[in-house]
Order: sequence, then structure tokens, then C-alpha cells
Amino acid sequence: MDIKLLYHKFSSPPYFYRIAGLWLPYIMGLFVTLFIAGLYGGLIMAPTDYEQGEAYRIIYVHVPAAWMSLFIYMVMAITGAIGLIWRLKLAEIVSISSAPIGASFTFLTLVTGSFWGKPMWNTWWVWDARLTSELLLLFLYLGVIALYNAIEDKRTAARAVAILALVGVVNIPIIHYSVEWWNTLHQGPTITKFDTPSIHLSMLIPLLIMAVAFKLFYIGSLFMRVRTELLKREQKSRWVSELLKIKK
Amino acid sequence: MFKTWLQIFKRDLLIAFRRRSEIIHPLIFFVMVISLFPLAIGDDKVLLQKIAPAIIWVTALLATMLSLDNLFRSDFEDGSLEQMTLLKTPLSFLVTAKISAHWFITGLPLILITPLLATLLYLSSDTIMMLLLTLLLGTPTLSLIGAVGIALTVGLRQGGVILSLLILPLYIPVLIFATLALENTVQGFSAEAQLAMMLAVLVLAMTLSPFAIAAALKVSLN
Repeated sequence: MDIKLLYHKFSSPPYFYRIAGLWLPYIMGLFVTLFIAGLYGGLIMAPTDYEQGEAYRIIYVHVPAAWMSLFIYMVMAITGAIGLIWRLKLAEIVSISSAPIGASFTFLTLVTGSFWGKPMWNTWWVWDARLTSELLLLFLYLGVIALYNAIEDKRTAARAVAILALVGVVNIPIIHYSVEWWNTLHQGPTITKFDTPSIHLSMLIPLLIMAVAFKLFYIGSLFMRVRTELLKREQKSRWVSELLKIKK
Repeated sequence: MFKTWLQIFKRDLLIAFRRRSEIIHPLIFFVMVISLFPLAIGDDKVLLQKIAPAIIWVTALLATMLSLDNLFRSDFEDGSLEQMTLLKTPLSFLVTAKISAHWFITGLPLILITPLLATLLYLSSDTIMMLLLTLLLGTPTLSLIGAVGIALTVGLRQGGVILSLLILPLYIPVLIFATLALENTVQGFSAEAQLAMMLAVLVLAMTLSPFAIAAALKVSLN
């Protein structure tokens, strides 16, 4: 079986609906396992930071959530482009189903960030470059969701949203660097320096476990959303009525 | 190809001059909102001088956004936009004619009236020059980016509010570079770097946004 055939098979709604349903319990099970392991490693096993004390431990939620907020925007834009170019219904649905999850992660990043900022900088919020870019990312997500909800025909809406997401992708680096130039107070990145990471291994491992757990949570909740959306859009097609009859 | 461009450009200018209120309303908005600030803050010369560039820029941004509302609407409603997509000339090229015409009738008057308003807010002549320069480089970018948003929302009934949600985040870089340039000028530093960035953003918007606008219009016309 060649890849092209697999690709077409996987992008057919009934097939995806079934496969996603089969995978879902495993993904969510693995997520819960890793999430508990990561939390245990981060909150109990990892040593106390010599500078920031116990307060740094929020890094185990804050940083993975921040990674997810950008990652999901990229997924949204790329699947949006695929939907726009090849008119693939599944790609459109994946794109738009990602938006609320991404917005939630962005919101989580902002909230945990302000919880971290209170003991460290003695303020809930500063108009610092990274905080501001994250806030603007949330605005971009909200714009996407608002546009999708405003257009009645959902296929048109998905295409409009894809264009908006792509415009956003071109703008994200510009927004990021303009804001960075404007003001910066946030501590430098901890993880990206792979040769000399400024984080100890015992702190790093739980962080990476949490990052994987968050990714799994995203995939799991994405699958759930996509399955619901597929049922909603394909409610008049044969496979849905057959599926529902079996269940009744 | 260029003949068609020029025809659309002239047609849009002509329509605008026959409906002058569309030119004047954003301008009145601009003047009124700016004059609200001294009323709200009080006649504090030092404070007004300090925040005047920000006031003028934010208001210009909002005025541009509001004026964009009728960029495609009437053409969308009477079907001439649909005819334009059927032309041999690519739509992405033709929309630049519409946006240029629109900038001439809304962006340019806004820049022309700015020195008057800046004087009312006690700005020095150096700062006013810089203000005009940043507006000259910035407002076309705002029109181009805003046109993407308006192309996406042209078919919607409640387009206005959604439009602001879509494009205000995208306006931030222009706002930041412009106000940084002004701040540097006020403090006596060179603002060349910011102006160069604004020019770069303008060039980027000129080259990329027509494609996004054309694609968005085709989705809206669907």
C-alpha cells in the first residue's frame, strides 16, 4: 500500500472517525500517565531553585503551555493552507477545531505567567515583550474564532479562517520582533540553548515529560472535537446514519 | 493591464468625489476624537505634549479602520466586484487600484489635517515633521492590511466589530515603530532605524497582501 492511498484513506471522514475513536482512549491514557509523572517529577522530585525558590515550579505548566500556544497556531495555519489548496474537508476541520484549544493554551500561559510574575517581579502583569506577544497571539486566536462563528456557511468560513491564519503567520514574527524591540524584561529562553542548557537535567526531564503530555492532550482533545464536527457536518450522509442506527 | 488599473483607480476617485460625505466622515471622526483627549485630560501642556504622538497615531489607526468599511462594500453589493473577478487582469492586481484610490481619499486628507491637530496638542515642528513622515509610511500599510480584513468580512452583516478583532492585532507593529520613531525624535535621537522598518513593513504589505485580499474576496463572493 503506497503512501498516497493511505493519505486518501486517512482523510476520508468515516475512516478518520473510526480510527480516531479507536486511538482516543490510548492517547488520553498515555496523557494521564505522563501528566501525573511529569507533575510528580516537577513538583516533588525536582530540586528547589537557588534563585527563585519553590515558585519556579509553575514552569512545568507555563512553558509547555507557551510552546503549545505557538505550535497549535502553526498547525492551524498549515492545515488551513492544506484545506485551502486541496479542498480537503478533514484538514479544514482540523484547522478550525485547533483554534479554541490553542486559545485556551494561550490563556493558560498568560494566567500561569502572571502567577509566576507575582512572586518574581512583584507584579501580576508587565508590558514586557514576551507577555505582550502572547497577549497578541490570544487576540489573533480570538479573531479567528470570531470570524469562523460569524460566517454561516461553514465551508466558506473554514476557507476565510485559513486565509486569516496564514496572514497571521506572516505577521507573528513581525509582531514578535517589533514588541521585543519595544520592551523586554522577561527572562531569556531556558531550553532552546541545547549546547549549554541553563537548566539542570533533574529539572529538564519533568519539563520535557510535561511538554509531551500537553501535546498528547492536544491530539486527544483535537480528535474529540474533529469527531463531533464530522458528525455535525456529515449528518445527512450515509455513514453517519448507519453509525447512529447501530448505536441505537 | 495597466489601463484597467487606471480605469478602476479613476472610477473609484470619481465615485468618492460624488459622495463627499464618505471622505469627510472619517476625517471628522479623526478631529473629534483627538479633541476629546485634551477635554478629558485637562489643559496640561507637558502631559499632552508627551502623549500627543500616541493619541494621534491610535486615532489615525481607528479612523483608517472605520473608513475601510466602504472599500469593497458597494462594489460587492451591486455585483461589480464579481465582474472584476471575471476580467483577464488578475484580481490581486486590480485591488491595488482600489486600495490606492481609497488611500488618496481617506489617508491623504488625514495626513494633511494632522499638522493642525498636532499644533493643538502643543507638538514642536520637528515632531510634527516626523509625525507626518510616519503617517505617510504607515497609513498605506494600514490600508493594505485592513483590506485583507475587510475582504474577509465584506459579506457579513455584523462585519464592523469582527473587522476590528481581526485587524487590530495586525496593526500593532506599525503602531510600535511609528511611536518609537516619534519618541526618539522627541528625545533628540535619530529615528532612521524605525523609519526603515516601517518602509520594510510597507514593502512587505504591498507585495504580499494583494494576494491575500484577492483570495479573501473570492471566498466572500462564493
